Amino acid sequence: MPDFLLLALFSGLAVAIVAGPLGAFAVWRRMAYFGDTLAHSALLGITFGLLLDINLNLAVALGCLTLALILVGLQHKRFLATDTLLGILAHSTLALGLVCVSLFTETRIDLLAYLFGDILAVSVSDVITIGLISSCVCIALIFLWRPLLSITVHEELAQVEGVPVTAVRTALMLLMALVIAIAMKIVGVLLITALLIIPAAAARRVSHSPEQMAMLASLLGAVAVVLGLAASYFWDTPAGPSIVLAATGLFILTLLKPQEQ
Amino acid sequence: MSELLLEAKAISVKRQGRFLLQKADLQLHKGKITTLIGPNGAGKTTLVRSILGLIKTNEGRIWRSAHLRLGYMPQKLHLDASFPLTVERFLTLAGKPLADWQETLSLTAIDHLLKSPMQHLSGGETQRVLLARALLRSPQLLVLDEPVQGVDITGQAALYELIHQIRNQRGCGVLLVSHDLHLVMATTDTVVCLNQHICCQGHPEQVTNDPAYIALFGDQPERAAAMAIYTHHHDHQHDAHGKIIRITAKHSGCDDSCEHDHHA
Repeated sequence: MPDFLLLALFSGLAVAIVAGPLGAFAVWRRMAYFGDTLAHSALLGITFGLLLDINLNLAVALGCLTLALILVGLQHKRFLATDTLLGILAHSTLALGLVCVSLFTETRIDLLAYLFGDILAVSVSDVITIGLISSCVCIALIFLWRPLLSITVHEELAQVEGVPVTAVRTALMLLMALVIAIAMKIVGVLLITALLIIPAAAARRVSHSPEQMAMLASLLGAVAVVLGLAASYFWDTPAGPSIVLAATGLFILTLLKPQEQ
Repeated sequence: MSELLLEAKAISVKRQGRFLLQKADLQLHKGKITTLIGPNGAGKTTLVRSILGLIKTNEGRIWRSAHLRLGYMPQKLHLDASFPLTVERFLTLAGKPLADWQETLSLTAIDHLLKSPMQHLSGGETQRVLLARALLRSPQLLVLDEPVQGVDITGQAALYELIHQIRNQRGCGVLLVSHDLHLVMATTDTVVCLNQHICCQGHPEQVTNDPAYIALFGDQPERAAAMAIYTHHHDHQHDAHGKIIRITAKHSGCDDSCEHDHHA
């Protein structure tokens, strides 16, 4: 197997593993639009990264984290419905990112690579960053698993039972921001939410507990990464969209399973 | 008076320049059932949420006895259909080891539901599961927000009887929110009638004759009839102890109430 494919495979699997449980929370808590908003802001992070000449992965992660914190703050104000608020932020940040990229970057950057991912071009240092962030998110998820489930079931009940709800909810948003930052390299700004939502939705039909659904989502995501990369290698299709399509294929397969009861 | 568990003194909650709750006082005691009644929008939920520490009050003080363990039964559970959660997994979130569940499970009669998905439960089953979750925390104070919502009338009587039993067995204090008084009268020690401020409080019979209560709920004949039916029903339940008799009591209670209507 060529080196570039090995690196692609490793980074893709690292992202798929953490995207599973976080995608499950995105589905349970109906946060798909939130994911989109963070993803769209990633492009803005890239622009600032290029302008300030800092590590682009770091720039994207910081951009997503900042936006996640702004969203947490704005949600407390409640002067607009959350989906309206997210709609405004998602598209404004994407537009701002596109404008900034064309205005401020002297060398032409490959916009398509950011919009749709460029997994076949990951470098060794990218793989290390992705692996590190992915492991940190995994560890945080294990520690926060029970409080995360508690606030997903009922936030006020969780608070009465002593769970620090605001802190846990903020932590979930920050973890999601980190995963989006690393997933951008794999499937690109426009397709990140798909990588979160589709494997989790596919896992739903065949799971009976939250843990099972989270792990199956990771597994299905990993299978999608392998299938997508294979398609890209043998038929020369774009890798990011191929991974998403592979996940969609798996989702459709689970629909064939007869509904219980 | 028995041991004080929680006391709210002159608490007010103001949102967007409007008082949701004005100078409300409330005392909750060990082993006592307090029922909070009031029309829609009277601030019942606001008062409960203040006591639970879920919202900030603008004025007043809330005192809790040291290390007070609270059990809370929310009005409703909104679980997304995509969340694969069985009753058993839901109950584990209370944090009590599985080995210590048996008493609570048989009390709330949900043994047979453990493997069911939460989303498949009926209204009454959901309420019993929520109650079990609150009980698993071995609460000193049980706070129940409209516990009979979405439960049919026989189920409601059974649920109130269950709350009564829990109080007797565990000796915990109970705060019950209801928009309707006639069904809870039998078991309640104190009724607090709320309409932004506390209108009146005391024993159920006292409160129903209070001018403030009558002003709030009216003195409609059909309500009086319902009270009469209930009082009869109540006598019946006091004679009949134990589960099996309770079920038959429910049936006869229905017949009785029809008869009673004729007399009334």
